[in-house]
Amino acid sequence: MNSAYTVPAITLVVVATVLVGAFGLRISRTTSDFYVASRTVGPRLNAAAISGEYLSAASFLGIAGLVLVQGPDMLWYPVGYTAGYLVLLLFVAAPLRRSGAYTLPDFAEARLASQGVRRLAGAFVVGVGWLYLLPQLQGAGLTLAVLTGAPDALGGVIVAVVVVATVAAGGMRSITFVQAFQYWLKLTALLVPALFLVLAWQGDGAPGHAFDEPAAFREQRTVRVDGTLDLTLREVLTVTVSGTVDGRALHDRRLTLAAGTHHVERGTRLAFPRGAAVPTAERGGTRGMSTSLAAGREERPLYATYGLILATFLGTMGLPHVVVRFYTSPHGVAARRTTVAVLGLIGGFYLLPPLYGALGRLYAPELTVTGNADAAVLLLPDRMIGGLGGDLLGALVAGGAFAAFLSTASGLTMAVAGVLTQDVLPSRGVRHFRLGTLLAMAVPLAASVLVGGLPVADAVGLAFAVSASSFCPLLVLGIWWRRLTPPGAAAGMLAGGGGALVAVAVTMAGLPGTGGLHALLAWPALWSVPLGFLTMILVSLATPGRVPPRTAAILARFHLPEQLRAEVKA
Amino acid sequence: MSGFLAGLCVAVLPLLAAGFWLGRRTARPRNLGDLGTPVEHATFQTLHTASLAAPPLRAGLTEETARKSARRLRSLLGTDALCLTDDRRVLAWDGVGAHHRDEIMERLAGPLDSGRGEAFRLACEVPDCPVRWAVVAPLTVDDRVHGALVACAPRESAVLVRAAGEVARWVTVQLELADLDDSRTRLIEAEIKALRAQISPHFIFNSLAVIASFVRTDPERARGLLLEFADFTRYSFRRHGDFTTLADELHAIEHYLALVRARFGDRLAVTLQIAPEVLPVALPFLCLQPLVENAVKHGLEGKAGTCRIRITAQDAGAEALVVIEDDGAGMDPALLRRILAGEVSPSGGIGLSNVDDRLRQVYGDDHGLVIETAPGAGMKITVRLPKYQPGVHSAGRLPGE
Repeated sequence: MNSAYTVPAITLVVVATVLVGAFGLRISRTTSDFYVASRTVGPRLNAAAISGEYLSAASFLGIAGLVLVQGPDMLWYPVGYTAGYLVLLLFVAAPLRRSGAYTLPDFAEARLASQGVRRLAGAFVVGVGWLYLLPQLQGAGLTLAVLTGAPDALGGVIVAVVVVATVAAGGMRSITFVQAFQYWLKLTALLVPALFLVLAWQGDGAPGHAFDEPAAFREQRTVRVDGTLDLTLREVLTVTVSGTVDGRALHDRRLTLAAGTHHVERGTRLAFPRGAAVPTAERGGTRGMSTSLAAGREERPLYATYGLILATFLGTMGLPHVVVRFYTSPHGVAARRTTVAVLGLIGGFYLLPPLYGALGRLYAPELTVTGNADAAVLLLPDRMIGGLGGDLLGALVAGGAFAAFLSTASGLTMAVAGVLTQDVLPSRGVRHFRLGTLLAMAVPLAASVLVGGLPVADAVGLAFAVSASSFCPLLVLGIWWRRLTPPGAAAGMLAGGGGALVAVAVTMAGLPGTGGLHALLAWPALWSVPLGFLTMILVSLATPGRVPPRTAAILARFHLPEQLRAEVKA
Repeated sequence: MSGFLAGLCVAVLPLLAAGFWLGRRTARPRNLGDLGTPVEHATFQTLHTASLAAPPLRAGLTEETARKSARRLRSLLGTDALCLTDDRRVLAWDGVGAHHRDEIMERLAGPLDSGRGEAFRLACEVPDCPVRWAVVAPLTVDDRVHGALVACAPRESAVLVRAAGEVARWVTVQLELADLDDSRTRLIEAEIKALRAQISPHFIFNSLAVIASFVRTDPERARGLLLEFADFTRYSFRRHGDFTTLADELHAIEHYLALVRARFGDRLAVTLQIAPEVLPVALPFLCLQPLVENAVKHGLEGKAGTCRIRITAQDAGAEALVVIEDDGAGMDPALLRRILAGEVSPSGGIGLSNVDDRLRQVYGDDHGLVIETAPGAGMKITVRLPKYQPGVHSAGRLPGE
């Protein structure tokens, strides 16, 4: 891959983001006209900003990678990521805006008048934020490693430094224009290359076989195995090997492998002949995570799919960087309109990654073996078009990918740092906000260096599961059930969210290996969400004396349209 | 291996945080180590228990506060059971023998009426019930009996009567403090009500005079100005809610500046830089308009040329940062300090000290006005408004987009 174009593209995106963040307000909103100055953010602009902040590395790279490796089953990811906003629209958007809360801990305090629940909610915001930041940094590392051959961690470090520096310096605060710009940038970066790729595919005779049968190599291709793995073959295969297979060291020798499982050491080069079926790879040893989730999925596909659906449908409402954006809507109705627009924008965007995944199955099937499936989006332009055009399109995709990491990471860092400064660190002030920013980024950065090859879409799925098990019960019951009590809310969040968090930690540590227990822990939402709801309801019912005194008035404020309320009071 | 390490980190971090938090909560004087003699230890222990029981009672005598403090009070007295009542029912019962609740409430009528403590034997059918005697100590605040503290013991004891009386007196002090807190809150509310919506009478006279001067020469303009005046006064005199939104406050400032411009014409140049994200922020009613009025006054004072005023509102995480700047005459910081402290009343207008007081009352002392000024150097006023503050909800409506 030619880095002569990608490095400037990435630099351009980073510099543009920082500059627009620093000077955007000065340029766009300096006026002497009050009418211009007091215009609120319209639903469409705010929706673009929400989408810009929401579409992360998982959406940009991860979905295509999963579709490439595992086929159309993975389309539940984009469906779930979008449908989360439907649930948000129906149950949460308008009342949340009317509550006047800026963050999720604010909501807990506004609804339950309890400092304890506020702190607990803050702790979960930090947890979800860190879990969600982790794949952003990994995605950045992967992108840079694939495009320029830089060390794995470098991309993550660059994103972390840029985000911490700009957020701590006061730039890139939740500025609507910047985030909206990021959405259109990401859409362009996927849409334009996609058009060219589809044209190239048409010019190639529109082969369609890869969509329904196992992927096969369309030409002879040499694959370098980066990590030790087990290859499973369905039929006899002849490959040229340099390296170690099944404990035998070979140098540039043709080898006929029988159907079954073969152990391949890291550093081995395998040359597959044209027309060979792509073998399925199972990672052994150090990078245990990436396929352990997939293995769970293969063993119990139905359970895993339902777990994923529940986590993504219900988890969106608890994402800290999404919630704060609703504050920008002037009233509850505008918040609802914004959510509808978000559904449209995100739905449109998610048509593209599966396309890349499908084309990847045709043109870059060896990525399933090397374990860099997430890089499919980045490699396809070069692979299918090549030449200067391919380089330029590749640079565009790389720029879009970096926009995805930067926008999501900065939104999350803001949210986590805000909670750390307000509810965790001892006293307030600008210096503490900077310290909070540093802390907010340091932990996931360290974790991303430690964890290594975790598919970004799966990692994001885990963050969604924790959010769905802790904040979904709090928000839904807080808005729709008047008998919720502070002890109930705290117990529910601890049982549901805490359970999911432990399951995530155990999965990340790779403890249970395989089997039913592993599936339970890798896709916790299916048990942890009901557990959260049930605990919250039962403990609330058991402590009827602790219902906050002004509950009726608070719920009236949540549900009455602002216009009506102003008239009632006047 | 690295995956395992990372998972371990994820698992251990929340535990560490929880441990840190618990440690901070519990590491008060308990770990005094080998400090002092046993007597001193006992004293520390008693004082510590008493200090732990105090905070809940500071919120007044309710079921929840009684439940929280009853446990501490019982360990202070060292009895088998302790109960706190108000004048009608038992609020909290800590310890054994809760079946005596009704009996005690019946026997309490006398002490609650007279306000004098007494001890009586309890009739009990449960054979091995350890609670046989009850000592009642009424809780009297300002000559009114709020409730009673009842300590139960197996036998009559003069020491317990004495101790219960002392503890009751200590509880009473806490309740008096709660009363004091209550009246302080009411005072602040009354003050906010008194402080709000004071527009300067000078401004009304001047505006009417300006409008009058246009009536003959330019009736259309006069009509427009009258409408601006009506809008501004409607906003200032409206009665519902103590809070408004930044967008509404900006509209009021717009009407105000239209009237001022009619008087001073081109001598006033206003630049606005408002981040749209902070327009929905709720803030105390009429707390920016006086600042703009102040800027206009200082800007035009003692100067012939144009006065430039700059109003900026920025998004700063969980806060909105509003800055109002003028390039006028400025002020001696020492004088300003005395004005803000309420020692000197400023000439005309309600000015800065009122706004400062209200901001501090609503958001706390670290959210007062920050003013940078010097004679001849203009003035820059910075206000930090939290986006969310419990109890602050704008009653106003926002204009549609």
